[in-house]
Parts: sequence; structure tokens; C-alpha cells
Amino acid sequence: MLALVVAHLVVAALLPLVSRRSRRAAFGAAAVLPAATLVWGLANLGVALGPGLSETHVWASALDLEFGFRLDALGVVMIVLVGGLGALILAYSAWYFGRDSRDAPRNAALLLAFAGAMLGLVLADDLLTLYLFWELTSIASFLLVGQGGLHRANRRAAVQALLVTVMGGLAMLLGIVIVGETAGTYRISALVAAPPAGGLAATGIVLVLVGALTKSAQFPFHPWLPGAMAAPTPVSAYLHAASMVKAGVVLVGRLSPAFADRGYWWLPIAVLGLVTMLVGGWRALHETDLKRLLAFGTVSQLGFLMVLFGSGDRIGEIAALTMLLAHGLFKAPLFMVVGIVDKVTGTREVGALSGLGRRLPGLAVAATLAAASMAGIPLLLGFLGKEAAFEAFVHDGNWTLAIGLLVGSTLTVAYSARFLWGAFATKPGVEQTEPTPAAPGLLAPTWIAALSGLVLGCVPPLVDALAQDYAAVYRAADAVEADYHLALWHGLSLPLLFSAVALLVGFGLHAQRARVTALHERLHHPLSAQRGYERTIGGIERFAVWVTGRVQAGSLPVYLAVLLLTVLVLPGIALVTGGTLPATVPAFGSLMQLPLGLVIVASAFALTRVRRRFTAVLLVGAIGYSIGGLFVVDGGPDLALAQFLVETLTMVAFVFVLRRLPAHFESDPRPRRGIELRKAVLAGVAGTFVAVAGVVLSGARQAPPAVSAEFVARSPEAGADNVIAAILVDFRALDTVGEITVLLIAAAGTASLVLATRFDRRDRAGGGSPEAEEEMLR
Amino acid sequence: MTATPEKIPFEQWDAPEGEWTLPGRCPVRTNRTLLLEAATRFLFPTVLVFSVYLLIVGHYAPGGGFSGGLTAGLAFVLRYIAGGGSEGAEIGSRLRLRPPTLMGTGLLLAMVSAFAPVAFGQPVLTSAKVSFLGVEVVSSLLLDVGVYLLIIGVVLDLLRSLGSGIERDAADAADAGDAEGAAP
Repeated sequence: MLALVVAHLVVAALLPLVSRRSRRAAFGAAAVLPAATLVWGLANLGVALGPGLSETHVWASALDLEFGFRLDALGVVMIVLVGGLGALILAYSAWYFGRDSRDAPRNAALLLAFAGAMLGLVLADDLLTLYLFWELTSIASFLLVGQGGLHRANRRAAVQALLVTVMGGLAMLLGIVIVGETAGTYRISALVAAPPAGGLAATGIVLVLVGALTKSAQFPFHPWLPGAMAAPTPVSAYLHAASMVKAGVVLVGRLSPAFADRGYWWLPIAVLGLVTMLVGGWRALHETDLKRLLAFGTVSQLGFLMVLFGSGDRIGEIAALTMLLAHGLFKAPLFMVVGIVDKVTGTREVGALSGLGRRLPGLAVAATLAAASMAGIPLLLGFLGKEAAFEAFVHDGNWTLAIGLLVGSTLTVAYSARFLWGAFATKPGVEQTEPTPAAPGLLAPTWIAALSGLVLGCVPPLVDALAQDYAAVYRAADAVEADYHLALWHGLSLPLLFSAVALLVGFGLHAQRARVTALHERLHHPLSAQRGYERTIGGIERFAVWVTGRVQAGSLPVYLAVLLLTVLVLPGIALVTGGTLPATVPAFGSLMQLPLGLVIVASAFALTRVRRRFTAVLLVGAIGYSIGGLFVVDGGPDLALAQFLVETLTMVAFVFVLRRLPAHFESDPRPRRGIELRKAVLAGVAGTFVAVAGVVLSGARQAPPAVSAEFVARSPEAGADNVIAAILVDFRALDTVGEITVLLIAAAGTASLVLATRFDRRDRAGGGSPEAEEEMLR
Repeated sequence: MTATPEKIPFEQWDAPEGEWTLPGRCPVRTNRTLLLEAATRFLFPTVLVFSVYLLIVGHYAPGGGFSGGLTAGLAFVLRYIAGGGSEGAEIGSRLRLRPPTLMGTGLLLAMVSAFAPVAFGQPVLTSAKVSFLGVEVVSSLLLDVGVYLLIIGVVLDLLRSLGSGIERDAADAADAGDAEGAAP
């Protein structure tokens, strides 16, 4: 399984080579792997439904880190969404993006990389593995929503999506560590078998839940999802309908067997899920942009899924798995329909489209199939899921949730109808839309996805087998629960009545849409989640400005004083309480130390007297080179070499910067004795402290540590005669990798600071062009 | 120090006689030091070769990726000081390697060398000896090469931001009021 995930990422990295020749071929090549994943998943269906297919790769045994994967029923369903729909959407993208579109190569590679990360996420059986892929999908989403970064709307939406999901992700990482440490394992299957208990574990679980809620756009975190509609439509269809937003729901589904009976798990899920379902459904009724309408529909359905997966009820979980599959299979084709409508007419505004159903009957039928599944009309997969969902809560007598879901389903029916009406109906007073012909390459994937919902809906046992296997871990409360199977006909029952009511009232709401919208506009909206997000971000920015204003006084002497005082207070106390002077302090180790030391002392004294900055830099350099000389004398040629090189580079950097500064240190016209004295005392004390500390610390070591001898003994084993090299690239290679990473971040940060201020100045001068922006971004 | 006929006041003993570095955009004839330019012509490739030697010899003697990378970086610094360069990209010779690309490549190489053992069922960062054309090479050399490239990238980035970046700023300040500004 790891090989499959890595293959996605590697092919994605190589994809630019293909897209250089042909954009369309790149999407075609990208679609191969997700399709292969689907075939692989279905070929392993037997194992997945039986014991499950497990795979472990230990990659850092010293730290107990491993990649753990497991294929089970939930995994197979998600593979259908990630692999199957992924292949269809990539094929669709080949015709969606223009032949010479400059965005196409980036999107092809990113979509495939995302598919790989998502595959890893749904197959992960190890919480840390899951977290890794979780964040990778967030980053892929950021890049895909942001696109080239040329439009403000894209940038805003991308940043919002990233901030919300990564904030949740960080909370989740904290939670994962707490849960993993209290349970003693990071394996999801082992956690479910023996769930940790206690207050600490509860905190961890709630933190994990925060991650799941943000990723699946639950109230009050949901506004990022409609905002993410700034992405191209295939991206929205794949990431923000079919796969990525399901991650939170899937995580809840994976952990529910362990925690579903705990109040801090099911209560927030049920409440927030239901609120999300209602808020999303209500907002969808008033959207005039077809894509945003679908986005709010997705928010609503995610709330529905959240309630079902968190229920911990056997029938509820059967419904959850069915709805998970159904939602992917109806929402992805609906987005593809919007993409086609947008492409052939140039608009996706409800008010601008009219008579499209008559001009594009084939497309209208496909859209109707998908929307009917969303509304829960019999013979379609959505109906099976909704029926089971009603049964779950009606059977338990949980009327709050049952009625809540009924209201939510009614809204779903209403916005499904609104979608079809908005896209295809002939509206009086609106000019007939004249579409250009749609490419077969766009229509075929849409049809395949829409038809699969019908086929699976007409043959319930197919999905039932998966759902039964997934729900098998939940104990059936009675015979009815134990015997529940997905079926088109359960007899005349309350759930069927619920479905009928939802359909009738839903269509009624749609018929009265003018009044409903008028009501929506009359209502006051004191609380808006989007405004809440903006206020939070604004508040953080103001706070940052406030802190910076307080802490960054802009005076170098103040910064230095703070640093020196800290050095004096913290290690100083330790030195005074714990340090002992060594018995004998030799005057010098070798004769060569004397002249070198003399140069250092002389340079240091001279430094305090010079008035020209350049001279000061040269004197600092002299001190540095002399220290390098001391290293040579003491037999550390590696250290000396590095010291000389770094010293040289530092001096060059100093000289570069000095060009911007006055040649002389400013001399105060009215020297204030008190301040000068205080500076001198502080500097003198700090210097003395460092000298004393050096002597005291040199006495603390009694014998060479055992590890040094080990390093020397084992360096030939590492293939190095030079023990320093062996330490750097072998024994402590992790440190080296960490250090160069820090170096890269620091260099990139410095460069962007220096170059960004330059960009700002240009912008104010009126020269801020897109080219200037591109220059900054590269 | 050359003897000057005029008497320099004591406070001015360390005043520079000329510019510290050459302005990159258009070196005025009188501001060029032919000696430095001519020396750089053959010092530059020599230092680069020496830096590669340091990189490889690191396993047996003082050297390694860090020292080698810094040495190569200093070769570029020397060239910049001698000839200047208006754009960061031009410093990296006509390959037009952008410093961030170089840094990224270095880190990528280091990461690949770190994770490659996982493909062979070994823990991460394991090193192995490989016989290559009769020469024993340790696989951790790849990590060192990554460090080498990354350090060169860092130095070039320094030249780009603090070197030519400040130069451009100075040029812009000089051109302030000019409608066109300094087009890159």
C-alpha cells in the first residue's frame, strides 16, 4: 500500500515532463494510477471484507515510528471515491482545462499528488501516518485553491482553508500524541480494541475531534468550504465534494467503535453535525451561484454524515457508510455538471440561465439522476442511505435526531430541486441561453459517475455487503437491528413516511422559493461564522501588532541588555549555586596560545575605542580568525576550517550591510554619563561572567565521556576515517538534516524579508505590477 | 600602508581610500580593480574545484559538505565583489540557477538519502558502503552533497538579498522621481 501511495507522488513529480508535450496527455497519464488503485481495491475486496489487509513499514526503529496501513470495508468505499472518482475527474479535467491552459500542468500534478496523499490518509492504520497524510492533503488543497496566486479571491480562500484546517490539524496532532501515549499504541485497530480511559485521554480525544470537525467543515468552521469554491470546478468536485472533506468523517468513523458511548464524543458530534446539516441546507436555498449552492449542500451533507458516523448505532453506521458512498457518487457528477454548464454558457448564475434543459437534454438527465440520489428518491443509492438513517433513529426512539434529520432532508430535497431548476429550467423573463456543444470527454465521466449511483441503488446487496462488514463491530441492541439490511422496500413503515414527507415538503419549499428567500432576508443574522473567522484573524493581527510594538523597541542596546541580563540571571544562578572552580588552572596549554590570545585581547580593547563601523567589523574578524587559530593549535582542524570560512562570509555580509549604514558610529551630542556607565557595567559583568563560566565549566568534565570513545571506535564502520565526518553524516545525521532545514528556512525568510520590503516600496510608488508580484513569489 | 604626502588627522587614519565593493550595474572605469578581476578569472574555477575536493575528502580528512559548500560560496562572493551582478540569478553563472532552487535541491537530496534505506527495509538514515568503479563510496556522501548544494544556495541567496538587493535599492533611491524606475 505504501508503494501505491509513493507511486502517486513520484508520478506526480514526473508529470511536468509529460505536460510539456501535451496538457491532455498529462491528465490521461495522471488518471492511470487512481484507476489502478480502484482495480487493486476491488481485487482485494474479499480480503478487505474478511480479516482486512494490513501492512507495516518500520522506518525509524529507534523512535518506534512506522507507516501502518490497513484495507477494510471503509477503506474500500473511500478507494472508490478517491481512486474511482479521481480517475473520472482527471479524465474530465483533460477536457475542462484549455488545450494551452497555463494552469493545467500544475493542476494535473497537484491533483495526482493529492490523490496519493488522500489514499494514504484513508488507508492509514497508524495515527501518526494518518496525521502526515492529513496535512499533506491540506497543503494540496491550499495550492489547488490558490492556483497561480494571481487573484485575490483565490489567495483569500486558500489562506482561510489552510488556516482553519491546519489549526484543527495541530489540535489533532496534540490529541493524537495524548491518546497514543495514554493508550500505549498509535495503531487505530489496537486503540479500538482497547480504548484508553481517563481525563487525559478524554482531552486528547476531544482534540482529535476538533481536527475532524474542521477538516469536514462542520459548524462553526464551515465557511472555508464555500470559500474554497474559488478553485477550478474539477478541483472542487474532487477535493471539496468527493474526497478531502470526507477525511474528518472517515476519522470519526474509524474511532467511533471505541468512543461512541462516551458523552464527550457523541454529544458534540450529534449537536454540531445536526446544526451543520440545517445551516448548510438553509443557506443552499438562497444561493444564486450553482457552485456555491452545491458547496452549502456539501456542508449540509457532511453534517448528516457526521451525525451518522458518530451515532455508534448499528443501523446508523450502515446508513453512514451508504451515505458516504452515495454522497461522493452524486455530488461529484453534480459539480461536473456545473463545470460543463459554466464552460458551454460562460455563467453559472441561476438568474442568467434559462432553457438549458431543452438544449442539453442529455446533461439534464445525468444531473437529474444525481440530484435525485441527493434528494433520496427511490431506486437511487441516496434513498437507501436515507431510509436506513431514518430507521436508525426512529427505531431507537431518538426523536430529536430523527426530526432534525427529517428537517435536514426536506431542505436537501428543496435545494436539489433548486439546483435542477436553476440550471435547466426555462425561466420567464430570462433570455434563452445559447450553449456551445459540450465535449464528449466532459460528458462521459459525468454520466459514469451519475449512473453508478443508479446501479448501486437498484442492487442493494452490493453496498449492503460493505456496510454490514463495516457495522459488524457495533453490537446490535435487538433482533431488528441485527437483521437490518439495505433494501428498496422495507414495507410500509415510519421511515418510508419520513422519506415521503421530506420529498413533498421539500418540493413545496421549492415551489414557494420566493417567499422562503424573502423570509431569509427578513431574518437578522447577528451571528455569522464567516464574520467570526474574519474577526478572529483581525484580532490576532491586531494583537500581533500590539505585542510587536511593545516588545520590539527598535533599540539595539535594549535588545542586547535583555540578552545579557538573561544570560547573567539564568546560567549565572546555576553557576553560583552549582559550579566549583577546578583545582588547578594552567596558564596556557601550548606556547602558541599566547600570541593568539594577545591578538584577541588587543582587538577587543581596540573595538571599544574605534569610531568607524568598517574598522569595528575588521576587528571582530580578527578576533574570529584568532579563535580559529586556537582551534588549529588545539588540534581541531575541521572546526578551524569551518570557523575561518564562516568568519570570512560573516565579514562579507557585514560589509554588504554596512553600505546602508553611516560610516561612523553616531556619537551622542550630549553624552549622558549615567547610561554610558550602565552599559559599561553590564558589558563588563557579562564578559567577566563568560570568562569565569568558561573556566568553571572546563573543570566540570572529569573524564572523556564514554560516547566519544564509541564514536572513534565505530567511525570506520560508518566508512569514514574522519570521526567528525562520521558524526556529522552518520551517527548524528538526523541533527544534520534538521540543521540544514533550519538554515534553509532562515535563508528563505531573510531573503523574502529583504526582497519584500523592496516590493512594498515599489508598490507604494505605483510600480506594483503582476510581474513584480511574480518576481516576489519565485 | 602607502605613505601619503598629506597629513591625515588621527581620527581619519582608517578612512577607506575608495569604494568597498564595486557597484554592480555599471562599473565606472575608475572604480574597477583590474588586479582583482584578473585574479578572479582563474581563482574562481580553481576554488570551485577545491571545494569539490573538500566535499569528497571530508570522509578522510578535514572538509565535508559544509566546508566545501562555504568554499564554493566564497568563490561566488569573490566573483561578485570583482565584477558585481545586478541580479541574483546572474551570480549563479549562465546556468541561471535560482538560489531557492539550489537550496531546495540540496534539502531534497539530503531527504532522499535519508529515506532511501527505507526502500531496502532498513531504518531511516542508515548508510552503506557501495563499490563504484572500484572505489568504495559511502552512501552518506549523498547527504553531504545535499549539504554542499544547500550551503551554496544560502550564500548565493545572501548575495542576492544583501548584495545586489541593496545595490538595487541604492539605484532605485538614486532614480527616485524617475517615472520608469530601475526595470529588472
